[in-house]
Amino acid sequence: MNNNLKILTNGILKDNPTFVLLLGMCPTLGTTSSAVNGLSMGIATMFVLIMSNFIISCIKNLIPDKVRIPAYIVIIASLVTLLQMLMQAYLPAIYNTLGLFIPLIVVNCIILGRAEAFAAKNGPWASILDGVGIGLGFSGALTLLGIVREILGTGAVFHSDDFGLSGIPLQGESYGMLVFVLAPGAFLVLGYLIALFNKLILKNNK
Amino acid sequence: MDYTLNLFLIIITAIFVNNIVLAQFLGICPFLGVSKKTDTASGMGMAVTAVLVVATLVTYIIQKYVLDAFDLGYLQTIVFILVIASLVQMIEIILKHSMPALYQALGVFLPLITTNCCILGVTILVIQKDYDLLQGLVYSTATALGFWLAMVIFAGMREQLAMTDTPRAMRGTPLALITAGLLAMAFMGFSGVDTGLRIMLGL
Amino acid sequence: MKKLQSSLTNMILVLTIVTLVAGGILAWVNSVTAPQIEQINADNLKKGIRKVMGADNIQVSQPEVKDEYEFYTVTDATGYQLGTAVTTATLGFGGKLKVLVGFNPEGTILGYTILDSSETPGLGTKASTWFQKGQKGNVIGKNPGQCNLTVSKDGGDIDAITASTITSRAFLKAIQQAYDELRARHASQTETTCIQSAEDNKKGGSAL
Repeated sequence: MNNNLKILTNGILKDNPTFVLLLGMCPTLGTTSSAVNGLSMGIATMFVLIMSNFIISCIKNLIPDKVRIPAYIVIIASLVTLLQMLMQAYLPAIYNTLGLFIPLIVVNCIILGRAEAFAAKNGPWASILDGVGIGLGFSGALTLLGIVREILGTGAVFHSDDFGLSGIPLQGESYGMLVFVLAPGAFLVLGYLIALFNKLILKNNK
Repeated sequence: MDYTLNLFLIIITAIFVNNIVLAQFLGICPFLGVSKKTDTASGMGMAVTAVLVVATLVTYIIQKYVLDAFDLGYLQTIVFILVIASLVQMIEIILKHSMPALYQALGVFLPLITTNCCILGVTILVIQKDYDLLQGLVYSTATALGFWLAMVIFAGMREQLAMTDTPRAMRGTPLALITAGLLAMAFMGFSGVDTGLRIMLGL
Repeated sequence: MKKLQSSLTNMILVLTIVTLVAGGILAWVNSVTAPQIEQINADNLKKGIRKVMGADNIQVSQPEVKDEYEFYTVTDATGYQLGTAVTTATLGFGGKLKVLVGFNPEGTILGYTILDSSETPGLGTKASTWFQKGQKGNVIGKNPGQCNLTVSKDGGDIDAITASTITSRAFLKAIQQAYDELRARHASQTETTCIQSAEDNKKGGSAL
């Protein structure tokens, strides 16, 4: 039980995919212009990650070593397509917002990386937990980045037309620091967040 | 005539206005990962250019003559990623046997390219934007050149930064990201250039 | 269970099976979701048209497509013509901005809704409420033939969204060109049936 808990929390803190492992940077920067968008992307990625971890750990012995990477890619790509179709059918608004970044989950290094590093060596149950942990770590990081960018950029948070959320206003109507919602803001905010994360870890290690 | 001007506009937009890394966030991993030295960054840029153009050509043909023809559009993601993965392998083998000098220069970057999202992203974008084959190829070439340009500028900046004394927590990735942010801000200066050109050229 | 050897037959067999299973599942899910997706798109359009025409009980004609525009002639249950809903698109800040806008037969704007946009969240996306009735940039009830539908910065009558002038310009341009296209279309349609009345229309200006 303790071991399971460790697998779960590892993904959130020690092996946090965004702040520590620095994986999956494209969606991290590309979809976090608002908190809700970041969270949606995190959940979409988590779905694929858990499923792929589970399937791969189940059939790992049936796949010869030399073709494991192509086989994994086929499995991941199918899961992503599955997600694409389901979202298009049942969540069309958010599908349109995330756009190109949905099919690009295929090339998110986190997913193939976890398949290789964890699911190929562990059982199904542990692999699911690993998927949940890493997925939560990723979603959390994306949401945090989205929250910071949205607040700095627009003065409100959790606003989303797709879900009909009016958001929590923190500043006046006319407030706006456009640059944080645009491309440069993504780099800047993530840079400072990682520096902050480093600082905390450095302090703890002393 | 309009068609040629349009191609010109596609080139300017793809390189400067909608730079693939700095405005569209595709291909961030190699952008941060192999940008410590200018020459490796340039090598990566070259490798991406080569693969991207070939991949666009092949995926475009497959989309038009296989997926669209048999109504299999939903297999796009899976087919494209497999095509890209095998293409990269093929290019690697061909280079190794016929052009060892070039292989020396690009070889190490090729395996990394399969999971470079800018390849899959651009091949899908070409289809989404409804380009014809020539426009698609021009677009993908220009995009790759934009990637190359961003890589080289960024690597140059990082080379300089490596010599400065910075706080411990900022070293490495955080500083790289903030540098990239400033570079992206500089590229934001190009926004609106495409609209201006469109009006100037009368499109 | 022992790990399968990497022999050629094994490799080919496994890859083929994996691909076939994956393809099969996808084909099945596609057949389930495809009608649902179509349904949603149709529903959204219908909901959009109802919203922009400001009427619930309506009948919508088949779309007439011209270039990027789609025209839907809308009548109420009794067949009385309410006007036309037009989809129109321009380039916004982040990419294409697609708008559905409803005009009454005189060309006055009844309502609008944003169908597709890649504007900056929180700023450019305000367009979906900013130009509605009672808001700062209200365009509802205005006639693009009589009002100057550009932002005040450009000498027009409409207040731009704070910090999103480009999106505002793009939005107003979309509406203006939909109006122009609608008028041109109307003029050419009448021309084929009755040249005299088309002439009158041109002189009359706002008649649609």
